[in-house]
Amino acid sequence: MKKMKRETILPAALVLALFAGLFILERVLPASSTLFVVLKKGAIYALVAASMNLLNGFTGLFSLGQAGFMLIGAYTYAVFTIPAEMKPVVYQYYDHAIGFTLPVPVAILLAGVMAALFAALIGLPVLKLKSDYLAIATLGFAEIIRAVIQYDKLGPITNGSNMLKSYPKFSSVLFPFTVAGVCIAIILLLINSSYGRVFKAIRDDEIAAEAMGVNLFRHKELAFAISSFFAGISGALLAMFQSTVQASAFKSSMTYEILLIVVIGGIGSISGSVIASFLFVACSEWWLRFLDTEMFIGSFQVPFLRSGFRMVVFSVVIMVMVLFYRKGIMGDRELFQKRRDNKAKGVR
Amino acid sequence: MLKVEKLQVNYGGIQAVRDVSFEVPEGKIITLIGANGAGKSTTLRSIIGLVPAAGGSILYNGEEMRGRTTAEIVAKGVTLVPEGRRVFPDLTVAENLRIGAYLRKDDLKGDLDWVYSLFPRLKERHWQAAGTLSGGEQQMLAVGRALMSRPKLVMMDEPSLGLAPIVVQQIFEIIRKINQEGVTVLLIEQNANMALHAADVGYVMETGAITRHGPGKELLEDESIRAAYLGK
Repeated sequence: MKKMKRETILPAALVLALFAGLFILERVLPASSTLFVVLKKGAIYALVAASMNLLNGFTGLFSLGQAGFMLIGAYTYAVFTIPAEMKPVVYQYYDHAIGFTLPVPVAILLAGVMAALFAALIGLPVLKLKSDYLAIATLGFAEIIRAVIQYDKLGPITNGSNMLKSYPKFSSVLFPFTVAGVCIAIILLLINSSYGRVFKAIRDDEIAAEAMGVNLFRHKELAFAISSFFAGISGALLAMFQSTVQASAFKSSMTYEILLIVVIGGIGSISGSVIASFLFVACSEWWLRFLDTEMFIGSFQVPFLRSGFRMVVFSVVIMVMVLFYRKGIMGDRELFQKRRDNKAKGVR
Repeated sequence: MLKVEKLQVNYGGIQAVRDVSFEVPEGKIITLIGANGAGKSTTLRSIIGLVPAAGGSILYNGEEMRGRTTAEIVAKGVTLVPEGRRVFPDLTVAENLRIGAYLRKDDLKGDLDWVYSLFPRLKERHWQAAGTLSGGEQQMLAVGRALMSRPKLVMMDEPSLGLAPIVVQQIFEIIRKINQEGVTVLLIEQNANMALHAADVGYVMETGAITRHGPGKELLEDESIRAAYLGK
């Protein structure tokens, strides 16, 4: 009993300390510091990575549609929050069709709901597929969504292939941390609920789960919709972070980045996904940036260092990870998790 | 309790089960024996609704089960211990047991205690991932998991598969014990000797059809069965 308490108090205290730390940091460092870029984008990626892990790591559904659902979320948020007076400017080539604006929290929620709705719809045919086939189908869906949003006839809503902008953004790093934190907490609660247990059973052995009376399709559909809901919310956050949003940016490489984070963090570990996403974003936006800039020592140009080399290094890191460190940073464990193989705990 | 009549199951173009009729009276242990590929597993899988039957009827307490979903059938009190155990390897023993009671919404405490009393070993290891258990323990877990749905009829698909003789004996003791506590058992076995010793009635299945049946002891003494299945 005492142990249980410690398991909840310690993370809660850490979260509190984290927010206090961020609050102080924002007052000490200049707002232009790269650290804030990393923290903001890291929090957003942490959320989408956790949502992907819920699907790939906990339910065993190998889906690659994450970028597509983020795109739906980002556009839903942007379309419904552009203020009325800015609409003629943003939709300069079209007659804007949406005549109202929603408050920010409602729009963020709607972003998740829209993504979940689309997921539920395409889940009907797609979730009958297994493993690689499911991955291909969801990847295809993400590509189709990207094309559809840029479709000229949808211009009055999506602004065609032009960018959306002038919608409300956030400036404080606390905002994405709060939203992502709440969402990830909900994902964790879900995983530890009876639904989570069923998801894991489906991942471990579909046939056995079915023999226990589990409705496979309903639970897969549920996991898919919930995962997409959070992907949609992270899409909305990403739109706020970037301050402009354009469908052409949500390429499949974005999904691969997220998949990479999930693998590095550990498939089946939410805390792993969170840690890995901050590491990944820090590397790609900050620590490894120097790889992309040409460097001269005297008149000697350091070889290899030029635009794009960063991605080469990344690829090597991925290969090394997959070959030698397959379980990732956390494996399938969580931070602060009570040890499963702890004999001394005794019989419950 | 369960009455299967002229059951037919097709896999693709192949008739796996051609014409199977048998009856499971309440409170008994019934066994289906037969060689590999005789259609035993398919019969069980179609009773529980995992594989659709192409013809015939499956009456459970007078109610037609054919065409129902597995969830409906499990909710009626039929459960399957699948072939090859199929425990959930990354879930703990306790979690595996809870999944077994997935369709129940009431309190599980009493049933957990019951299963733990049948299998003290599972209680010792309730915190362990099921994949780390030995083969015999996994089989116990598979049986325990099935019992968590509080079934009236348990169907077991080759519970002795790949287990050491001493463990097989333990499993059969448990089968008898479960039966004494009022659970009807339908058992599929290749280990005809053990199965017929335990069973009240045995059915012999060959290439998709029942070829003979009778009380277990009687079949044990039958010359042709001894020659075919017991290795005289």
